[in-house]
Amino acid sequence: MEIYADNAATTKMSRTATEAMMQCLENQYGNPSSLYSLGQRAKEKLELSREEIAAVIGASPKEITFTSGGSEADNQALRSAAALGKKAGKKHIISTAFEHHAILHTLKALEKEGFEVTLLPVHENGVVRVNELEELLRDDTCLVSVMFANNEIGTIQPIREIGALCRSHGVLFHTDAVQAVGHLPIDVAADNIDLLSASGHKFHGPKGVGFLYARRGVRLTSLIEGGAQERGKRAGTENVAGVAAMATALREAAENMEANAAHLLPLRDRLIAGLREIPHAELNGDAEKRLPGNVNFCFEGIEGESLLLLLDDRGICASSGSACTSGSLDPSHVLLAIGRVHDVAHGSLRLTLGEDATAEEVEYIIQNVKEVVEHLRSFSPVWRDLESGKAPHIL
Amino acid sequence: MALYSETVMDHFRNPRNVGVIEDADGVGEVGNAKCGDIMKMYLKIEDGVVADVKFETFGCGSAIASSSMATEMIKGKPLSEVAQLTNKAVAEALDGLPDYKMHCSVLAEEAIHSALEDYYKKHPEKEA
Repeated sequence: MEIYADNAATTKMSRTATEAMMQCLENQYGNPSSLYSLGQRAKEKLELSREEIAAVIGASPKEITFTSGGSEADNQALRSAAALGKKAGKKHIISTAFEHHAILHTLKALEKEGFEVTLLPVHENGVVRVNELEELLRDDTCLVSVMFANNEIGTIQPIREIGALCRSHGVLFHTDAVQAVGHLPIDVAADNIDLLSASGHKFHGPKGVGFLYARRGVRLTSLIEGGAQERGKRAGTENVAGVAAMATALREAAENMEANAAHLLPLRDRLIAGLREIPHAELNGDAEKRLPGNVNFCFEGIEGESLLLLLDDRGICASSGSACTSGSLDPSHVLLAIGRVHDVAHGSLRLTLGEDATAEEVEYIIQNVKEVVEHLRSFSPVWRDLESGKAPHIL
Repeated sequence: MALYSETVMDHFRNPRNVGVIEDADGVGEVGNAKCGDIMKMYLKIEDGVVADVKFETFGCGSAIASSSMATEMIKGKPLSEVAQLTNKAVAEALDGLPDYKMHCSVLAEEAIHSALEDYYKKHPEKEA
C-alpha cells in the first residue's frame, strides 16, 4: 500500500488544475504585458484567475497580488506593514512563538532594523488567547501577525476575534493562512483581516505560486524591483499557467470544502483514537480546534527520523519534528512552544490526510505506527530506563 | 537520490547484535536524549577478545546503523584492535554517511571506547 499522509508539506495537483495549467502553457503562452492578442489573452487569464481567487476569500480582485508562494507573501506582508509602521513612528510587532520560519526569520531581520517584536505564548493546546494579545497591544504596535492554522500541529487560531481586536485598536492584522486557504472558510471582511498569505501547492495547485491579499488602502512594499507587473508591487513576468492552475485548484477546493471536511473529520478522529492506544503517546495540539486532516503525536522513547524511515518502508509518507529531520540540533520550535521537552519532541510524528484518504488506509496507518513504535522501543535505552522506573515517564 | 546508502539502510532495517548483556564486563553509554541520540554498548570479554557485544540505541536511522556496524566490526576482535576503532572506519564500512550525520559514527566510536574504559576500570589488571 502507498499512502501519502504528508499533505501539510505539499499536495498532489488536482486533475483539473493540471489540465488548466497545460491548457494555459500551450495556448496562453504570451506575455501578459504584450499588446497583441496572444499576450492579451494571457492577461485575461491572469485577471480571471485573480477574480476567482478573490471571490473565494471575499476580497476584491485588486486586493490580490500574485507571488512565488507563501514565503514570499509572508515576507512582503511583514515588510509592508513594518514600512507603514515606521512611517507613523510605530515599531512594535506582535506575533506568536510557533509561526512558520518565513515569519519568524523576517521578524528577526526586522529586529535588526530596529523593530521590537513580542511573541505571544501558544499554550499547551497550541491556541493563542485573545485577552493576552490585548494586554500586549501598545500605542506603538504597528502589526499583529498570527497564523490561521499551524502547519505542524494544525491548531486553528481565533482569527476573527484577533482581527476585531486589532481593528478596534487601529493595528494592522496579517495572517499566514497557507495551511487554511482551501481547507477552512475564510472571509477577509468578516474576519477583519488586513493582510493574508497563501500558497498554491497546499490546496492541490502547483508549487512556486501563491498570493498575498492586502486590504484596499494597505500599501504594499515591493520586494523585487523591475517591471510594473502586479501594479508595481511584484516585478517579473507573471507565472500565468501557475496562477491559472492555482485559481482552478482553489475554486475546486472551495466548492468541495464542506464535503471534504465531513469526510476527513471522522477519519482524523479515528486516527487519533487509534494512535492513543499506544502507551505513553500524546496528541500535540487541541483535539477540536484543528485542521480536518491533521494528526500530530509524540511517542516517548523513540526518535522521529527512524520512525519515518520505517514507515516509508511500509509505504507511508509522513513527517516529524525531530532535529534529525530538520537538519538542526533542536527539534521543532512548534513542539517546544507548546511545552514539549526536547526528549519527547524528537519522537514526534505528523500525519496529514488528503481528501482521498480512506478508512482502510487509516487502519493500515494505525497498525503500522503501532508496530514500528514497538520495534524501535524494543532496543531503545531511553525506553528501557522509562520502563524500568530508572527515569520517570513524561507522557 | 536516497538519503542513505544501501548498507546504512540494511543495518538500520536489520540491526545486528541488538539487545542487552545482563552480566556484561563493560558497559558504555553516550549521547543524550535532549539531542536525540543515545547509544549503549555492552561487552563480554574473554581472553582479551570481544566474545559478545550488544547495543541499544535511541536515535535516527544512521545512529542505529552506526551502532550495528560498529558492533559487527569489533565482535571477535582483540581489545587492542577495539581500542583503535575510529568513527571514520565505521562510516566507511557503511559506504558513507551524509556530512551532517557523521556525528552518529562518532557516537558509535565513543560508545565502544566508553564500554572498553568501563571494562578496564573493573579489571585494571587487564590493561596492557
